[in-house]
Amino acid sequence: MTTVRLYVTLKPSLLDSAGRTVASSLQNLGFDEVQNARIGKLIELKVENYDEARVTEMCKKLLANPVIEDYRFEVVP
Amino acid sequence: MKVAVIKFPGSNCDQDALYACREMGFGAEYVWHGESSLSGFDAVFLPGGFSYGDYLRCGAMASRAAIMDEVRRFAEEGRPVIGACNGFQVLCESGLLPGALMLNEDERFECQDVWLKCETNRSLWTAGVDKILRIPIAHGEGRFTCDDETLRQIQAENQIAFRYVSAEGERSAGANPNGSLDEIAGILNKKGNVLGLMPHPERAVNGITGNFDGRQILNALALVSV
Repeated sequence: MTTVRLYVTLKPSLLDSAGRTVASSLQNLGFDEVQNARIGKLIELKVENYDEARVTEMCKKLLANPVIEDYRFEVVP
Repeated sequence: MKVAVIKFPGSNCDQDALYACREMGFGAEYVWHGESSLSGFDAVFLPGGFSYGDYLRCGAMASRAAIMDEVRRFAEEGRPVIGACNGFQVLCESGLLPGALMLNEDERFECQDVWLKCETNRSLWTAGVDKILRIPIAHGEGRFTCDDETLRQIQAENQIAFRYVSAEGERSAGANPNGSLDEIAGILNKKGNVLGLMPHPERAVNGITGNFDGRQILNALALVSV
């Protein structure tokens, strides 16, 4: 069994309004050094017979929306 | 005219859609998302709601449901398909419409009436719209976005169906409730038979709501020969 850790993030050009709210909350708590926050998703998959091409296909078919998101993944050692 | 109102787990405007269609004199029945046939139906209504709890992305899982292959085939035949709110998100996620819907710019769930300007009458769905429409919205993730090239394309191909405008029909940033790109409230596919929009025309068809403007859109179905 292989653990695949998959990160889905909003494309850098797009406004992340949720991230903006989090950054502003941190600033309100006194963390003035925070300039920006962007929120993504971490998806951990347990797969049998790991095949990189198959995971790429999962990203394309369901896990990420290419219009607004980028993705990358890694195998957890 | 018989309308298929598709029900996904988490749809919550399916009853409104069915009621609105029947109120306007059309036949309408629910079709469960696991079905694979639209045989006997003349139009498809993808209702609003929170299909699959909006998990992963709004409309993502619903757009991969079994019935959507059939909806895609149905749409490719040039037959009428409308998606309101979550239905719009499902259409974008399925690739039947370009772009995507993101979290509202002000991070708030917006529940209010908006005014819509119809930007093209050259489609089945918008041919009968002859005034500024007042239609309710109720969504947290309705900020339409797409890349520059897609935007140029949908502008050039007359695929922008509705824009948010002021009550007087003027374009203004203040009239845009969710930060949508180009103030886009609804778009069409190239053929004009698939319409997705964030506002809810099905909530504006009779005296109960004191608003009949949604009829201008849904009445398109009366003109479709079946």
